[in-house]
Amino acid sequence: MTAYIVRRILYGVLILIGVNLFTFMLFFAVNTPDDMARLSIGGRRVTADAIEKWKVERGYDKPLLVNAQAEGVRRYTDTIFFDRSARLFVFDFGASDAGRDIGYEIRQRVGPSLALAVPTFLLGLFASVAFALLLVFFRGTYLDFWGVVLCVAMLSISALFYIIAGQYLFSKTLRLVPLSGFAGGLDAMRFLVLPVLVAIIAKLGPEARFYRALFLEEIGKDYVRTARSKGLSERLVLFRHVLRNAMLPILTSTISAIPLLFMGSLIAESFFGIPGLGSYTMDAINAQDFAIVRAMVFIGSVLYIIGLILADISYTIADPRVRFE
Amino acid sequence: MRLTRAEGLRQGAQGACGWARKFLLAVAAVVAAGCSPGGPDGGTPLNSPYAAGAERENVMYTAFTQRSPKYLDPASSYSVDETPYTYQIYEPLYGYDYLKRPYQLAPRAAVQVVDPVYLDAQGKRLPDDVPGEQVVQSVYDIPIKPGIRFQPHPAFAVDEAGRDLYRHLAPADLEGKYAIPDFPRTGSRELTADDYVYGIRRLATTRVVSPIYAHMTDYIVGFKEYGDRIRAADAELRKGLVPTTRDLPWLDFRKYAFEGVEALDPHTLRIRIKGKYPQFKYWLAMTFFSPIPWEADQFYSQAGMAERNLTLNYWPVGTGPYMLTEYRENRRHVLSRNPNFRGDPYPCEGTEEDRAAGLLEDCGKPTPFIDRIVFNIEKESVPLQGKFLQGYYDVPQAERGEYGVAYLVAAGDSKEKAALYAERGLKLPTTVETQNWYMGFNWLDPVVGKGDNPAQEERNRKLRQAISIAVDWEEYVTIFENSQAQVAHGPLPPGLLGYRDPPAGANPVVYDIDGDKVTRKPLAEARRLLAEAGYPDGRNAQTGQPLVLNYDAMGGVSPGARSQFDWLQRQFGKLGIQLEVRSTDYNRFQDKMRRGVAQIFLWGWNADYPDAENFLFLLYGPNGKAKEGGENASNYVNPEFDKLFERMKYLDDGPEKEALIARMVAIVQTDAAWMFGYFPKSGGAYQQWVGNGKPTQMIRNNLQFMKIDSALRARKIAEWNQPVWWPVALAVLLLVLLAVPAWRMVRRRDRAVAVHTDRPTGDAA
Repeated sequence: MTAYIVRRILYGVLILIGVNLFTFMLFFAVNTPDDMARLSIGGRRVTADAIEKWKVERGYDKPLLVNAQAEGVRRYTDTIFFDRSARLFVFDFGASDAGRDIGYEIRQRVGPSLALAVPTFLLGLFASVAFALLLVFFRGTYLDFWGVVLCVAMLSISALFYIIAGQYLFSKTLRLVPLSGFAGGLDAMRFLVLPVLVAIIAKLGPEARFYRALFLEEIGKDYVRTARSKGLSERLVLFRHVLRNAMLPILTSTISAIPLLFMGSLIAESFFGIPGLGSYTMDAINAQDFAIVRAMVFIGSVLYIIGLILADISYTIADPRVRFE
Repeated sequence: MRLTRAEGLRQGAQGACGWARKFLLAVAAVVAAGCSPGGPDGGTPLNSPYAAGAERENVMYTAFTQRSPKYLDPASSYSVDETPYTYQIYEPLYGYDYLKRPYQLAPRAAVQVVDPVYLDAQGKRLPDDVPGEQVVQSVYDIPIKPGIRFQPHPAFAVDEAGRDLYRHLAPADLEGKYAIPDFPRTGSRELTADDYVYGIRRLATTRVVSPIYAHMTDYIVGFKEYGDRIRAADAELRKGLVPTTRDLPWLDFRKYAFEGVEALDPHTLRIRIKGKYPQFKYWLAMTFFSPIPWEADQFYSQAGMAERNLTLNYWPVGTGPYMLTEYRENRRHVLSRNPNFRGDPYPCEGTEEDRAAGLLEDCGKPTPFIDRIVFNIEKESVPLQGKFLQGYYDVPQAERGEYGVAYLVAAGDSKEKAALYAERGLKLPTTVETQNWYMGFNWLDPVVGKGDNPAQEERNRKLRQAISIAVDWEEYVTIFENSQAQVAHGPLPPGLLGYRDPPAGANPVVYDIDGDKVTRKPLAEARRLLAEAGYPDGRNAQTGQPLVLNYDAMGGVSPGARSQFDWLQRQFGKLGIQLEVRSTDYNRFQDKMRRGVAQIFLWGWNADYPDAENFLFLLYGPNGKAKEGGENASNYVNPEFDKLFERMKYLDDGPEKEALIARMVAIVQTDAAWMFGYFPKSGGAYQQWVGNGKPTQMIRNNLQFMKIDSALRARKIAEWNQPVWWPVALAVLLLVLLAVPAWRMVRRRDRAVAVHTDRPTGDAA
């Protein structure tokens, strides 16, 4: 097991290098340092001198990947890619292209992101599993049929619609929660109720349908028939046997998603005015701030790798038959 | 204890009934709470985005969209979204009278708006009415009000012995400090002329990019050479440092003087200008000419400050009515009343409309009226508009003039919205701004441009005139600007010297003028001109080929743009001209303009200052975009116009300047270098409790004069935001109604047996 985890971590480092290189190539395939400078300096400040100065001060005056002017190892280290990537591996994110400390911004914003993401994740998981179990319990009835129809309808609707409809209904018409905004401490609850509710409803359709399919697959197996033949009630069969055995695929999708909760939500944070990492990333993309985009992609990759390793570990806990040898 | 089935059923039923009773009681309690006025504290509604009681404070709430201001350093700041901060925090020497129209310069930190003294080459004083060409130097001696003090700031903080507290810090001392309020001690001092000198010298810095430095080197004596010296000094300071380092040694501008700008005494600033440049006074009303205390520059130059975002770009230091007390990037900014501000009196002069609107009622009262101004991020328009209509924003966006116009348009389109706005008591005043949108012909183009020979010049002019008649800008304004703009007859918008209302100012090339009646010339006239231009019915008279012109549009092809393109094609089609639309994004469009390869284009200009020169220079030949990189996007050249412009730019406002402008306008009307398009309106959107709001895009320190009736705001917000609970209760009830049969089904399944039989079990036995 330990050897497996160490091996996965080493693979993870290689993946990180690849992701970093890929992000770098993609970003600079559509943007040149001159484009970035022009956008960052803005308006009537843009002159050839100003662009050059901007690039020099941020190290964008160097070659992208290979420095033909340099000798030896410096051919590869005296480049934008190396300058901008090497420090990431010690989690030194440096300054954004606009000059702000990325690490400080991330620390400031991770709290609001988690405040939205954690309750959405936990309550969403609970609601989806409960709804799926309910449909399975009433399988073959009108309740099941219309429940599935509802799920299909819900998964066909864009998340954006839920946000706008939620704001219209609960904030504008019923006037029960603020339209948008954020506050620290317990006051955050007022601002989080609606986005959490909207997020739960938005993912209820696809997740409940997926879990229902998993449960139905389990429910036809022999051990379930055995349990019923023992005289167990349907509730006990579902909760004690079916749910446990269907946990493996659920774990895959949920455990691996836990670390990504730190990354925030791109759309919800923008619409609800939550100052988290999702809106931070969005702002950076709009501003073509490569330093932030690169840092956020890197963190996202690290968290994703951690998530997958955690999911693997959780298999062994959920199903003792699984061994990583 | 084991329950029998019968007991279990009974207890279960009792339990269910008890649970239902409790639940219904809870719902009733919630509904009852919802019926009570206000929210949890009996006053602030549930949907309030602010802390309880915030609406009762003397605070203005407004929003910003997209992102935080990029530059608050006055040397760099030039964007509209930065002005609500910079113009409240900094005090340039001049400003504009808040209410008077046309705009009039008024002193801010200066004692008065001064006239320059003109000198010849020997430094001898010339008469005030000397021709501008003879002036070698203009000297502005500007007296500064005594007793003005800087806002409290740690850069000024000293201990009991008078030693500075925060200007010699080690990086370790900055641990945990990311905002100016994190420094517990502050200080202040009096503003002196040296602070303006420091600020102007700093425009030449290589540390920040100032958009006006290059322009000012043409005017301020010795400024270019000074910039070269500063560049050399900065290079010396940077020696041995990594180019990307952010901790640069302090460049103390007190050590580097030049003759163009100096302090004669603590309260007199002298600026020397090359030749005569009457428009220079308007630059002194911009924040580029703000005072910078050297202590602040030294404070922010310390190692570790930039890394913590502690720079003038984020934390300005000024003498204005407000100071920045909170800066959360892309989230929230707060301006608080500067306790050291002297309280300039509210203006007492304005127009009759101002008097009727009650804008003169606060005459002489000390400003600012509002204690704090809170700017919150609203990236999406749905929550922004929603919160404004709920009363949670007093003004949607402090610096923008579109909202008032948009609400007027919406009210015109929908009776329901008109009724809602009336019920909310929204104030939506509008004004025509010093902006224009024109359709330019590229002078370098062989078909619509100047032409290679006199005959071609004449033909091309007639073609442009014919098109100018055919394109119906009155219709454009009705359709695309919802009548919230004024059709232009020349390049100058209302409010500037030289602008004349029709019929006096009507364009005789495009309109028939009959007394007071001004009507667009008939299409027959346009067709006649087109035929004389060599394109009868839109076809080349020699080749018979249809005339195809290209419209170079910006902004891509959205559905909104598509309808504009269709409309334009129809306008040209009236003459049989085919219009091809070449639409690109704004960067590509700018690139085409830089290279001078566009043929016909639509572009706008927002005045830097209220002087005709700032519009007419858009048509000044040596300012051509393609050849000189200037702002004359049409690359228009007319030697007579250029000659008049060179004379006009030296003239002070008066009849002579007005007469020259009239001649220049007549020239461009005849040449039809532009279709003059329209002047957009700007509109304020203010809640009924906001006082002294007057829309303007020129005056940027307007927040200083506005006021809030917070008691009325609290009352109205409570009235408009009563929570509605019954749909929630209904939804819960529906769920319960659904749950009951489901629960019964569960119970029935639990009790079901595997094999059904009609025979009683006793019989089987």
